[in-house]
Amino acid sequence: MKNEKILKIALGALFAALLIAGGIPLSKHHRFRTPVVAGPGVTRVLRLSDFLPSLKGTAGDTNVYVLEGREPGGAALFMAGTHPNEPAGIIAAMILIENATVEKGTLYVIPTLNVSASRETRPGDGYPLYFDIPTPWGEKRFRMGNRDASPLDQWPDPDVYIHYPEKQLLSFLDIRNTNRTWPGRPNGLLMERVTYAAMELIRKNQVGLAVDLHGAETMFPVTNCIVAPEKAAKIATMVSMTVKAVEGFDNHVEPSPQNFRGLSHREIGDYSDALPFLLEAPIPFLDQPTGPKTVKLMLDGKDPFLLKLAASKKLFVPYDENGWPLDKRVGQHASVLLELLRQYSKKFPEQAIRVSGFPRYADIVQKGAGAWFHDPAEAVAGSVHEE
Amino acid sequence: MNIIMIFYYLITAYLVFILGWNFVREKKSVSHLILTLLVLTPLVLRLLRVK
Repeated sequence: MKNEKILKIALGALFAALLIAGGIPLSKHHRFRTPVVAGPGVTRVLRLSDFLPSLKGTAGDTNVYVLEGREPGGAALFMAGTHPNEPAGIIAAMILIENATVEKGTLYVIPTLNVSASRETRPGDGYPLYFDIPTPWGEKRFRMGNRDASPLDQWPDPDVYIHYPEKQLLSFLDIRNTNRTWPGRPNGLLMERVTYAAMELIRKNQVGLAVDLHGAETMFPVTNCIVAPEKAAKIATMVSMTVKAVEGFDNHVEPSPQNFRGLSHREIGDYSDALPFLLEAPIPFLDQPTGPKTVKLMLDGKDPFLLKLAASKKLFVPYDENGWPLDKRVGQHASVLLELLRQYSKKFPEQAIRVSGFPRYADIVQKGAGAWFHDPAEAVAGSVHEE
Repeated sequence: MNIIMIFYYLITAYLVFILGWNFVREKKSVSHLILTLLVLTPLVLRLLRVK
């Protein structure tokens, strides 16, 4: 090689430049936090590590917002961000934290259950690092996360994941998926400890209703639905029929399979007294045969390839030129949550939970999800938290 | 960070060192130099805890 030294220096400099250009945005994304303004209904903000101290200081710890009513009643837990690349649930949970007031009973809200995955991205799939939604006071920025926890926080993966305690063999990747590690264990890997801590929250606070907010592909059969085990099926059916009749959107009921372990809608019900529900809102961004994974696709859910597939009846939800916008997905989650609370309170009057100030489907679709967020710069000192 | 993770980082650091040394020692092939740097990329990003 001629001019060996010069060539090596040039290649080394190019390598360093590529590392810096690629690494800095990822590092910034990892450290970016979305402010959440705790509304008038938030009475306390706990940490998940309060239920399992070994989570303290790890990427498994997260905020638990508590909204307590003046009247005693039941307790419910709403979780979002189990899969942080399904952001409608996270936004619905944040809108609830910023606006809702509980009159009776107690609500526990975790907007980012899998913090590690929320700070990770999927550059190989061309995921955007952030997305912004318009609010009356400017754009509000959110981190776009990944499905599974980051290998930076939990590594190495096993060859085969053996679920605890059912011993079912699952994909190695699912050991970092917080919707496969329920009910967890106190001395397990990080995501097993996250779900164990959430189970402890449920058990110690006599939570009767636990809801896990998700999004699913339009090509996936379990989408636009409420997944519930046998013991919660009656309430899920009533909710599904009510939102269809009163608010005009479909949300069918899917049974929670008994032989597929690790999922919130199965294990929470089997390992506690709570009635579990998992809500799936369609998210075209996650479908494989789409155009580029842009912020626009994430927000409006419009894609020409999905439109063609819809014409040949390959999708599991109705799909037209209007796509499946984020506001609609957030609105569905909000109304289904409110209806779940109503039906649960009707069935167990002594455990009733009454909430006000949380917008429904029509309000969110009409005004946009951003209309319900408050400006952190104008917020009362001490009420701004970071997600 | 558990013990296995610490071993993983030690192994990664060792591989980065070996690959870096190969880069310095390589005298003949430009493509070997480029391939070495390509292999180094994910290892360095992991060591720096970026990705």
